[in-house]
Amino acid sequence: MMKDIAQVIEDTAAKLLKIAATKLPTEVKESLLKGEKETEGALGKSQLQAINENVSIAEDQSKPMCQDTGLVSFFVKVGDKFPLRSEVKTALIKGTKKATQNVPLRPNAVDMFEGNTKNNVGLRGFVPWFYFDLVEGDNCEIIAMPKGGGSSNVGKMKMIPPGKGIKGVKEFVVEALAAAGPLACPPYVVGVGVGGGEDMCMNLAKKALLRPLYQYHKDEKIASIEKELLNVLNKLEIGAMGLGEGPSVLDVHMEFAARHPASLPVGVVISCWALRHSGATIDNEGNVEWHPH
Amino acid sequence: MEFHLTTPIPPKKLKEIKIGDIVYLTGTVVTARDEAHLKALELHKEGKKPPVDFEGIGLFHCGPVMKKNEQGEWTVVAAGPTTSARMEIFQDEFIKVFHPSVIIGKGGMGERTSKACQDEKCIYGYFTGGAALLAADRIKQVKDVFWLEELGMPECLWVYEVEEFGPLTVTIDTHGGNLTDESKKNIEANKEKILQEL
Repeated sequence: MMKDIAQVIEDTAAKLLKIAATKLPTEVKESLLKGEKETEGALGKSQLQAINENVSIAEDQSKPMCQDTGLVSFFVKVGDKFPLRSEVKTALIKGTKKATQNVPLRPNAVDMFEGNTKNNVGLRGFVPWFYFDLVEGDNCEIIAMPKGGGSSNVGKMKMIPPGKGIKGVKEFVVEALAAAGPLACPPYVVGVGVGGGEDMCMNLAKKALLRPLYQYHKDEKIASIEKELLNVLNKLEIGAMGLGEGPSVLDVHMEFAARHPASLPVGVVISCWALRHSGATIDNEGNVEWHPH
Repeated sequence: MEFHLTTPIPPKKLKEIKIGDIVYLTGTVVTARDEAHLKALELHKEGKKPPVDFEGIGLFHCGPVMKKNEQGEWTVVAAGPTTSARMEIFQDEFIKVFHPSVIIGKGGMGERTSKACQDEKCIYGYFTGGAALLAADRIKQVKDVFWLEELGMPECLWVYEVEEFGPLTVTIDTHGGNLTDESKKNIEANKEKILQEL
């Protein structure tokens, strides 16, 4: 029997949001455990211990690790031979509502004038937010990324004078992280987007967070800047929960786009320790392959 | 030092506590974020009282995930602290008007709150950010909820009975101490050094 592919997408989206909310990607978990082991000060160690214990309870009990289950966005790659197009969006919205009920997720979509919508779907069509990409092939790849408000509040964008070059980029990243300080549940993971326009640099910065930790850019020039920033940002000594002890930043990922000659846009998107995302690929018959998590 | 406090907490007891100490709280804790702070203060200005008496209890910067069980009773799913810095703009006034004893949040608070804590005898306890299930485990009963329809689940007042809620790291005490401020100054100094060396 032919599967109802719209239904498969809806169910997959709901399950992806559940996985993201309840289970950290393996390498993030490992990084936090390593942080706990290596932290010497009692204040920092106790914060990381609490984080790791909480992460383990969330996974065992299938409950959201943090009460802020985030504002939802989906990164979707639709194959040109995949049977659905606009219905993909409709199904992802339905999946978001379903997950809000079932996981449950905290209702986090607030309309400026009408208040909380209670289902994580905005009234005006922009939440959840979608990053759509058209690709060759039969499949549809979906990555769910719910992001907490506290860490989004410390995101930053700046159009720096192109004359400042890469040094200016690094300075801005350092300034952004110093400003974030203890506010957004460190240790952080940092995404940096450089180039494009004022909007694109932020998109790139957010996408950079999806790359697995410690997997550096394939362009060695960029990889070496990522590692340099990781090193210097930890010298800020923000520490676990901002108390000055333990890791400040677990990793830094950068993406570069071409820029206008007159512009050097830099976007910094910061994730709290709970870097949550999960993915799956659906084929043209509705079979789901869950990405390693 | 480690302290085990029960609400209502006498101001004399709060004076014994210093920054860096660990506190566990038993008794009544009420959640309040941006909207609830605003609304409570507006009511006060109109000469009216909010539905909860905050005096001597714990004020929790938290927007929890709640779920009704089969009996129709509210239960806590996840309830970690939210970023307290957002409340800095009215926390001092709130402390002066309503006199809570322990403010629970994460990320620390600024000078205005510190000053109010010193003047009115209140402390700020830092719960590990995001550790929502550890926090939920210490909430023994959901006693009441106010303003749910109007403000929504994250922003309304949830009244909890808690047992040994913590560990809370005290980052603001009644003596003017502010641990987060110290940490921030260190970060700023490190930043200047890093920028020089880039």
